[in-house]
Amino acid sequence: MIKTHHRTPSRSLETVEVKSKFGAEFRRFSLDRSKPGKFEEFYGLLQHVHRIPNIDVLVGYADIHGDLLPINNDDNYLKAIKTANPLLRVFLQRTEDADYSAFGTDTLTRKKNVLSNVLRPDNRKKPPIAISLPRDFRPVSSIIDVDVLPETHRRVRLYKHGSDKPLGFYIRDGSSVRVTPHGLEKVPGIFISRLVQGGLAESTGLLAVNDEVLEVNGIEVSGKSLDQVTDMMIANSHNLIITVKPANQRNNVRITRTSGSSGQSTDSGTSHPTFVASQHVVQNFHSEEVDSDEETDIVIEGNSEPQHIPVAASTSASVMSLTKSDSDHGLTPNGSIASSEGNTCTLIAAMKVDTVEKEDLNKRSMEEDGMVITL
Amino acid sequence: MKRFRRHGHELNRERIKQDLFQFNKTVEHGFPHQPSALAYCSSLQLMAIGSRSGAFKIYGAPEVEIMGLHEENAAVTQIHFLPEPGQLVTLLDDNSLHLWKVRKSPDGLSVLKEESHFDLRGQPGAPPSVTTITVVLPHSSGDVLFLGTEGGCVFVVEHPSLREQEERTITQEAVLQKVPDDYQSKRSLGSVEALEENPRNPHQILIGYSRGLIILWDLQISEATHQFLGDLQLESVTWQRDGRQIISSHSDGSYCQWPVSNNDRSPQPLENKVPYGPFPCKAIPKILWLTTKQRTPFIIFKGGMPRASYGDRHCISVLHGSKQIAFDFTSRVIDFFVVDEGESKSDSDEPSALLVLAEEELVAIDLKTPSWPVIQSPYLIPLHCSAITCSHHVSNIPVKLWERIIAAGNKQTSHYSTKPWPIDGGYSTASEPPQRDLLLTGHEDGTVRFWDASGVCLKPLYKLGTVGVFVTDADHNDNLNQSGEDEWPPLRKVGSFDPYSDDPRLGIQKIHLCKYSSHLTVAGTAGQVLVLELNDEAADQEVACTLVDILQDQDTFKWKGHERLNPREEPVHFPAGFQPFVLVQCQPPAVVTSLALHSEWKLVTFGTSHGFGLYDYQQKRTVVVRCTLHPSDQLALEGPLSRVKSIKKSLRHSFRRIRGTRASGRKRAIPGNNAAKVQEANARMDREALNEMELAPVQRRIEARSAEDSFTGFVRSLYFADSFVRDGSYHGPSLWAGTNGGTIFAYAITIPSVERRMEEPVTATQVKEIQLMHRAPVVGIFILDGRGILLPEPLEAAHDLSKSPDMHGNHMLLVISEEQFKIFTLPKVSTKNKLKLTAIDGSRVRKVSVASFSSNRVEDYSENGLLVLTNLGDIQVISVPTLRSQVRYECIRKEDVSGIASCVFTKSGQGFYLISPSEFERFSVSSKWVVEPRCIIDIDEGVGTRASQQKAVQDGAVVKANSQESEDSHQMLSGMTKSEDDVRKTAEIMEHALLNDERVLLEIQSTLESDSALTDRLSFGHLDRNSKNSTGIQTPKQRMINGD
Repeated sequence: MIKTHHRTPSRSLETVEVKSKFGAEFRRFSLDRSKPGKFEEFYGLLQHVHRIPNIDVLVGYADIHGDLLPINNDDNYLKAIKTANPLLRVFLQRTEDADYSAFGTDTLTRKKNVLSNVLRPDNRKKPPIAISLPRDFRPVSSIIDVDVLPETHRRVRLYKHGSDKPLGFYIRDGSSVRVTPHGLEKVPGIFISRLVQGGLAESTGLLAVNDEVLEVNGIEVSGKSLDQVTDMMIANSHNLIITVKPANQRNNVRITRTSGSSGQSTDSGTSHPTFVASQHVVQNFHSEEVDSDEETDIVIEGNSEPQHIPVAASTSASVMSLTKSDSDHGLTPNGSIASSEGNTCTLIAAMKVDTVEKEDLNKRSMEEDGMVITL
Repeated sequence: MKRFRRHGHELNRERIKQDLFQFNKTVEHGFPHQPSALAYCSSLQLMAIGSRSGAFKIYGAPEVEIMGLHEENAAVTQIHFLPEPGQLVTLLDDNSLHLWKVRKSPDGLSVLKEESHFDLRGQPGAPPSVTTITVVLPHSSGDVLFLGTEGGCVFVVEHPSLREQEERTITQEAVLQKVPDDYQSKRSLGSVEALEENPRNPHQILIGYSRGLIILWDLQISEATHQFLGDLQLESVTWQRDGRQIISSHSDGSYCQWPVSNNDRSPQPLENKVPYGPFPCKAIPKILWLTTKQRTPFIIFKGGMPRASYGDRHCISVLHGSKQIAFDFTSRVIDFFVVDEGESKSDSDEPSALLVLAEEELVAIDLKTPSWPVIQSPYLIPLHCSAITCSHHVSNIPVKLWERIIAAGNKQTSHYSTKPWPIDGGYSTASEPPQRDLLLTGHEDGTVRFWDASGVCLKPLYKLGTVGVFVTDADHNDNLNQSGEDEWPPLRKVGSFDPYSDDPRLGIQKIHLCKYSSHLTVAGTAGQVLVLELNDEAADQEVACTLVDILQDQDTFKWKGHERLNPREEPVHFPAGFQPFVLVQCQPPAVVTSLALHSEWKLVTFGTSHGFGLYDYQQKRTVVVRCTLHPSDQLALEGPLSRVKSIKKSLRHSFRRIRGTRASGRKRAIPGNNAAKVQEANARMDREALNEMELAPVQRRIEARSAEDSFTGFVRSLYFADSFVRDGSYHGPSLWAGTNGGTIFAYAITIPSVERRMEEPVTATQVKEIQLMHRAPVVGIFILDGRGILLPEPLEAAHDLSKSPDMHGNHMLLVISEEQFKIFTLPKVSTKNKLKLTAIDGSRVRKVSVASFSSNRVEDYSENGLLVLTNLGDIQVISVPTLRSQVRYECIRKEDVSGIASCVFTKSGQGFYLISPSEFERFSVSSKWVVEPRCIIDIDEGVGTRASQQKAVQDGAVVKANSQESEDSHQMLSGMTKSEDDVRKTAEIMEHALLNDERVLLEIQSTLESDSALTDRLSFGHLDRNSKNSTGIQTPKQRMINGD
């Protein structure tokens, strides 16, 4: 697995080993950790060692979590050198045929997924939109599943992984009004009660005080106690996906569903300031991600250094009920195109929408819609 | 196609699950919490105990117990067995009467069913106290119940229809007609305090009023025939067996004897005595007068102690001639009754045993043996004599060990009476338990009690005290309570309930028994770990003491908790049984949180909130100590856990004390009095608290756990295993420790060969450290062998009791944290399989244990699984090694934190948890192994329903002579006419049926049912089991034939 780290016998704290890959070629060289220099110099060095002085390339590296992250300025270059442990693995891509979707969390593991590659065969051929790609950033949060959720709901993913920020929010008991066969009914619910200044939740702008929490990582919270929901959130804290009904319903992502093929989704015209300011990737929540984004335990053998615990070969059993419950919530593993105007980003996933299934799905989400009153 | 096949497979799996798992709560062990009523039925040899929860249970011979539960959530204040066998009536504190019958369930077992209930209603507008029932008297004819009330009226209610007969109500006006004017004018009569039927004449009932007047009422002429003009506040009245004398007891601690004869219808008392005078005494709420052949009566009464010096004692005094003992109980006396051997024809009661229900225990006193010793009870044992601090279950004890424990226990019970348990009604049809199971409970006072948990009755086997190892303050107090012979009053302490621990540090926190080697280790609150060995002889033992510095000289930490215990220097004398030979004391002396023993390797390991240690008890040497503290974890150092707990406990005790004394000042729970007011106030406060909660809702912080959380070093689990920790080719002894912060440490242990075991040291080196990313507390560590089966216990394979583990295939490490189940490969640790419990449903693992589940359909099919109790009180079974949730049952209320904390599982898929401080609820998740009461009480429903041959037994009263057996031929005649009446009545009913009266139809149905029951009875082979007391049942039938 890629997650395993190579260790070299001759380790020294002063030097960083660089292993650079361009196409099928590898180059190895070392850098002085204390004097890494500027990004420009590093870029020049890479062009030099690969003997590609006139080719524009996109530089990426594999970080400690196994994610492919870009190197395109001094800051992320220094970060890459600092975290190299001790090997820095660098990947070069020609700018013209670079696959931008390859960057970000889980990108390396996701690429391994043959299925998703088959489902998105035309990925590479799409010319990238050249403006403001998320390549400079690491996602901290995202809105997902816009196409399968009712417009009144928002599914937010918080990437605690790799960030030092606390999740930083509080939940409380409360009650909401639902339409039931017996008329309007007050039912108990879980609400966000407080956001900690500077916390992850606050910085995303996607969660707000008095938002009702409907699901945690695909599992409905109705009928569960505050303590249970707290425990669920903490247990999922490394990759927390919360579905909320925002108290402020004016900033909802609206989906205009065109019949048949494309299913383009657009953002509503009015957008909240923070909503625009922060970077969000609108993407779909794939059930297989839940497991691939697994936290790794650390094992120290004897007196050696800590190592992440790899996942043993057969994990079929570990998919277990989580995936089952995901499918219960009507998530399709097949992605659908979701683009948003307000957001500067487009993430294009392959289209292989089973129309029947899609229709069925819409109906279901409509029904769900009927259960909720927007106050 | 594939899906289809899968479906079929799942169906099959569901079927297997049904064969393996089934959830039942089967029986309560121990003593009912807050008992409130007691009754005794001499004809069936049964006893009933009601509690404040609205539940009541009938007890007979050991293992015979039947529970009845009122729908109303009100305390049971009185229980009375009716003259008809197997029927009883209960009075709740909401003033409702309930009629219950013992019936046969479809599978032939006896069950209790509520037949009907009745509320006494007064005139519209009358205050409720007028109809508040104070006394219930079921008349021996079985036709009617007399209800005495606070208002002073006696109401008559028909049985079994529970219909009020208003025309027969005995009003105060009717009573006062014959009372002299000068007596009348002084006072109103007050509430009815006593209703007693003349044992020799069922037409006469005695009515006692609280202001002192007692009258004898003749039911035939509906007139008071005798007046006993008492001027003392009346508490109770009782008849002498021959009907020639009555005895009344009073609120000033006195009792009076009054003659009953037709010569003087308004006599003066024969004698008025204050047994504990001359200083003011407390009331005597109940008195019994029992005659013997020797003419010296037994006088037994409750209370009456000198108010100033002994007013807080809970006493029952027994006077027999010149002999007098005031039995001093450990808690408030609820009620008592006497079991007698008096022949129904004879004039004497011949009391044989006194049974006293106190708030915290049931005590039986043998009155036949001259020293009046206590009879050891086979059930209703106060588990909580000292508060239970932990429990440990060991399944399938080898016979040898079982016998040795029993032998040691027998030496401890020599002071008990040799008489059998006096209550032996009914019989159990439960099969013999398939194996011998031990439940060990650790107590706050440093004792460990061994219970036979194989069957329906939790029987005490043996009690181990660890106090002797230490020097405590308690040593000097021992003799204080023992009073000399010439002391007055002649108090004698009885009962074992003693909630006040001398030293909280003695409390037992962890127990581990190896059933093969008979080695036991117990660990306590002050970091003490004892290793004990079973010895059949009493011996002086020198205990090897070792101090283990868990902090490993890290002097930045300061312990602010309690001191460690002081061990005795000199050898200590230990009675036969488990005798300690090693004492390890942790420094700092924090509570021992985890403990394991490996008897084959002679190693013991223990963990506290600071770290863990490994000790070789053969060489008496510490092998390794590891401090698990995180530098920022200040809380763990100061030992707040123990302190907070002890404060809470002492508060609870003082509250209990206050409550106890308040309650004892009251004779019975009457609605509208203090207790009700307190309850109401509590409810109001609860409501207010709820309202407040709505104003300021509870918030929960959502934050990933970090290494800096407190108590991360707290050692939660320890495990010994012979496995592959270093490499895949050599296996060897290893120690595994898991902490609260999700860290697991693995040590490889080197043990010298047997011949050099004493010379070469045992060594241990750390080979692994695993940090779970989710940082949840590690509650269980197990290792599975190459076949995916859990490694056997130490010595288990050596004793051929288990298949030896597969040491060829790859072993797997199973780690259970509060949030996840994870299987790792060994020796290289990589994740193989997992189940994320908390992420899915928000529940957390509280208790986990390995159990084997056998199929109840297929003979030798069984599966191993993990039995899990979550913080929501759910029980789950998780398969191993596939880690799939098999079943889930709701077991304990999630608010019942102490219930969840007390839960302990058995290896066969059963479990116990405390439903009150004194009661274990037993449950079973296995469909094969279910221990539940299966008992039969033989009742002949067809006979005696109308006839008055049955002995009427009132609440706690002595059995009176069977009226029909008396020499008085007049009575005999009347009895016969009664039987004839009976026949006629049946005919009447038949006629009524033509009128299509629904109620009558029901009545007919019941008569028909009883007819069939009668034939049933004849076919029952085991009737003779009750024959001793069933003479009264059989005679009526003969009579009826004669009468015809």
